Amino acid sequence: MIEARGLCKRFGAIDAAVQVSFVARDGQITGLLGPNGAGKSTCLRMLYGVLAPDRGEARIDGIDIRGETSAARARLGVLPHAAALYGNLTARENIAYFGTLQGIGSEALAGRIEALAARLGIGDFLDRRAKGFSQGQRVKVALARALVHEPGNLVLDEPTNGLDVMAIRNLRALLEGLRGEGKCILFSSHVMQEVAALCDRIVIIGGGRVCADDTPAALCERSGAATLEEAFMRIQGGGGALL
Amino acid sequence: MRAAWTVFAKEFLENFRDRRTLVSALVFGPLFGPLLFGAMVSRSVEQSMLSADRVLTLTVSGGERAPGLLEFLRSHGVKVNPVSLSEQGARSAVRRGRAPVVLLVPQSYAARFEAGEPAPLYLVADSADSETRKIAARAGSILAAFGNSIAQLRLQGRGVEPLLAVPIAVNDVDASTPAGRAVAILGLMTYFVLFALLMGGMYLAIDATAGERERGSLEALLTLPVPRAALVGGKILATCAYMCISLAITLLAFVTVSRWLPLDRLGLSSDFGLGRALAFFAICMPFIPLGAALMTLVASFTKSYREAQTYLAAVLLVPTLPIAFASIYSLKTKTSLMLIPSLSQHLLMTSLLKDQPVSAVDVMISAGSSLVLAAGLFVLTARHWRRETMLG
Repeated sequence: MIEARGLCKRFGAIDAAVQVSFVARDGQITGLLGPNGAGKSTCLRMLYGVLAPDRGEARIDGIDIRGETSAARARLGVLPHAAALYGNLTARENIAYFGTLQGIGSEALAGRIEALAARLGIGDFLDRRAKGFSQGQRVKVALARALVHEPGNLVLDEPTNGLDVMAIRNLRALLEGLRGEGKCILFSSHVMQEVAALCDRIVIIGGGRVCADDTPAALCERSGAATLEEAFMRIQGGGGALL
Repeated sequence: MRAAWTVFAKEFLENFRDRRTLVSALVFGPLFGPLLFGAMVSRSVEQSMLSADRVLTLTVSGGERAPGLLEFLRSHGVKVNPVSLSEQGARSAVRRGRAPVVLLVPQSYAARFEAGEPAPLYLVADSADSETRKIAARAGSILAAFGNSIAQLRLQGRGVEPLLAVPIAVNDVDASTPAGRAVAILGLMTYFVLFALLMGGMYLAIDATAGERERGSLEALLTLPVPRAALVGGKILATCAYMCISLAITLLAFVTVSRWLPLDRLGLSSDFGLGRALAFFAICMPFIPLGAALMTLVASFTKSYREAQTYLAAVLLVPTLPIAFASIYSLKTKTSLMLIPSLSQHLLMTSLLKDQPVSAVDVMISAGSSLVLAAGLFVLTARHWRRETMLG
């Protein structure tokens, strides 16, 4: 479970997050939806502990994320925005690096990498250097890296950016599979269709504030709109340009 | 500690596969210095041989008017090149470099010499040229010796004890050792050692900090449950490892190059063998974590690979400052100076090269001050990594 409790963050004169509170529950996919610059990444960065909130707190399974060695970090897998791999390392070495830093012993690690490779379909290029990978291959390996310590919670910041249709479908299937295992998945996107197709719950964010937090059906109903896109436009007040 | 080791192993491997890092760390840095040093030493030895051992050739105009002088010159090993030039001609010959120095014997010479009056001679030289200045000085001292010998003969001829005309005898005692004269060259050699050492870790320090951020792999790394100090420590350790390799290659290259160099002609210990190289390695070892921490700290503050390169190029010059200072003020090894990193290493290595004794206390102070400063910089770097501005 991932909880944002009254998160506030200011950068100079800009309020990037104002009293952001929401809960992403286990066994659900929660979508953080908002236009570019709405403060999605800032919120996620506070949740996965690389930005310190000015006020409020971020909790993973009830544990505060603050502190470099917080137990919360070990329960969390993260795919940051535009996450890159180490080009001179192979996919296997990239995954193993993070696994070792998560404290997994080398024998257990080898087994997990094989299992992840089979699950994510990265076996073919597991021992190739990451330098020449396609965007789709890169995201898969980065995802394997985020899952190597078998976290109960997963945060993905715009994971579908730059992926083709096939790769997006694969990712969707993967996230649904993880949900089936009872994991808590929180991901951000500015692509409406993705969120509509995948999420159990949607948190709409704009100008650093939570505008709505509900199930897709409830959002439509509440705003009297037929489609989620329309509901989104009404809730946002037409302020955000969405693709 | 395990995390630091993991980071170390990954950085070491990743950079080992990077051609740019390898070439600069293990080829360009370590070999550039010794080769340049070799070229400079052989040139300098060549020049010192030029002035001391070469036969002095003197262009003499109007020599037929002074047969005694010519004979004296020849008996002192001077090769006389007789010409016939006016004063104007002599000046232009010197100015155009056709003769380094011209000795003009004017027409009045013979008559005044016979009359026992001061007989004029003109030594035409270009004092702006350091080479001809040396030749002119040699010619001048031979001419002075000729004058003295004539004076003594004349006094004797008049029944005067010649020694009466020599009330004092000034003896030049040259206290400079050849090694002292080679101080500039020594400064170069020790600088090349320190330069190669820093160069060896420079690209890794950049790659592991500014490079990691620019490529976008840093953020994921910072989400892990690992103390930032361990991340920084591992990166600094990997930088140290490359610096050690680079230093070892540099010293081996110096060992190889010095086999071909007549170092003993400069008064330096002629054998720069493996033992000497090991001693150098030991002296420089404490400087390695200091350089690695400094480069990692500076690179951590920069926003991009390119910016880091610019700043670290300046860091490469930092060890020159104390060394240049030492050369200008001709500082000698002193215990208080052992507190200054890079200067202390320079002075200790210089002492070893000059075959002077090196005290264990000095070595320990030098190592201690470098390591304390390194620890301080490490703490600063780790603190910076805890800030969220690290994300850029």
